[in-house]
Amino acid sequence: MSRPTTVIVGASIGGVRAAQALRAEGYDGEVVLVGDETALPYDKPPLSKAFLAGKATAADITLLDEEQAAAAGVRLELGNGATGLDLAARKVELADGSRLSFDDLVLATGARARPSPWGGRSGVHVVRTAADALALREDLRRGGPLVIVGAGFVGAEIAATATALGIAEVTLVDPVAVPLSRVLNPAVAERFGALHAERGVTTRFGVGVTGIDSGGVRLTDGTRLDAATVVVGIGAVPNDEWLRGSGLTIDDGVVCDRFSRASEDVHALGDVARWFHPRHGRLVRAEHWTNAVEQAACVAHNIVHPGTPRAHAPVEYVWSDQYDWKIQLAGRTGGELAHVLVPGPDPARAFAVLYADRGGGFAGAVVVNWPRASLIARRALAATAALDTVQADIEALTAKEERV
Amino acid sequence: MAVVKADLQACQGYANCVIGADDVFDIDDDGVVVVLKAEIPEPDRRRVEDAARTCPVSALVIADDGAGE
Ligand SMILES: Cc1cc2nc3c(=O)[nH]c(=O)nc-3n(C[C@H](O)[C@H](O)[C@H](O)COP(=O)(O)OP(=O)(O)OC[C@H]3O[C@@H](n4cnc5c(N)ncnc54)[C@H](O)[C@@H]3O)c2cc1C
Ligand code: SF4
Repeated sequence: MSRPTTVIVGASIGGVRAAQALRAEGYDGEVVLVGDETALPYDKPPLSKAFLAGKATAADITLLDEEQAAAAGVRLELGNGATGLDLAARKVELADGSRLSFDDLVLATGARARPSPWGGRSGVHVVRTAADALALREDLRRGGPLVIVGAGFVGAEIAATATALGIAEVTLVDPVAVPLSRVLNPAVAERFGALHAERGVTTRFGVGVTGIDSGGVRLTDGTRLDAATVVVGIGAVPNDEWLRGSGLTIDDGVVCDRFSRASEDVHALGDVARWFHPRHGRLVRAEHWTNAVEQAACVAHNIVHPGTPRAHAPVEYVWSDQYDWKIQLAGRTGGELAHVLVPGPDPARAFAVLYADRGGGFAGAVVVNWPRASLIARRALAATAALDTVQADIEALTAKEERV
Repeated sequence: MAVVKADLQACQGYANCVIGADDVFDIDDDGVVVVLKAEIPEPDRRRVEDAARTCPVSALVIADDGAGE
């Protein structure tokens, strides 16, 4: 009998970690990692941070080189993206017309940047791939003015990186009056907005964009911002179109059960997966690094141990590095939840905001520049805790730090 | 026996490793990883390697004792 084959489609963090986790689980079948880009698999978070700044090289962000792939027994099929799936025949169709047979299939095609609805003249960028980041870095050599549309995490990080590169005129535009107010309570979201202003970035919040032309960006309030370079950072859309018509349920991502299974022997993970999250009791799609890695480990387990599958029920965790601020979010955070602020050892720079659900149970935390407090919060979320207890534990930290 | 090597310069204090294996990793008050036990018995190795793979900056390596650098 021939060895079983697992085909993994999508060769970034989720796909690479799935391949490595399969081997760690003792999988002895063939593992094929399919990617549409020709570059070796690389990591995305540095694209708005150290890689954009030119401080990390392509080698630094490589997740798996040829040698490591060979050592792990992973066949790389790069520059040859998947174009279709024949579920009945258990075959994936690739761009070059070839078909790969699989016993298990892992869908890890992630997401791509939502394209600019205002057209794409030269000098208008999105940032999702290494090529995107290199093109932006090249344009930033010309200096400013730089206008960034969208003040989510990626947009905010690019503003911070550009400022550190010495770009004098950086403007961050967002139609929402207080960006991030969906994931943060208004006071904390405002504090993040103020951080940009303190570092010299102009913020234009609460105004929309009506158009981008050769010289700049036109806003809904009639003003115009001059721009040599424009970045559009308005979110991401899952790469699921190639699966339409395959028989899988596609609805803003590949719909999966609690075991990350889209169908028998078809698994999805990372940014492209919308799975049933047992803690929340509903379908969830996450766009964070740690989720992709944890889901990859879970999927690998489920491929090797199909009789005892593990549900994917993670505690959400996202980090963002902006200027010299380290922002960490864990669990559920946001406006509708009650919250308390715990000042850190250096309250101007470090603090934790703890959120509670209706019953006073600890729901999540936003922690700034205070890794130990973030760790306490994540541990408490993995168990179940009352907000009061977590607050006391974090406050004990400052008491201890003050003594030393 | 395997040994844990941590790149303290690279560590960013995300603490994913602590979530993965809190008997082996912790972080200090400055948010830098602390390796609580550097030598990993073979039965624990896979679990610790799993935890190391969750480090966003690849600051952790589990190597064979005596092998490597
Ligand atoms: C600029 C930037 C900064 C970020 N910063 C952070 C951060 O600080 N913290 C954090 O938690 N998260 C961050 N993220 C999010 C994090 O990087 C993603 O959640 C993570 O990359 C998801 O991994 P993935 O493998 O699911 O998908 P992706 O990383 O999107 O990878 C999918 C891969 O599949 C390939 N692919 C797509 N279609 C096909 C096809 N048909 N055939 C073959 N291959 C295909 C793509 O080319 C890509 O390489 C950031 C993302 C970006 C873009
Ligand atoms: S996961 Fe990596 S970056 Fe985070 S604390 Fe551990 S070693 Fe440091």
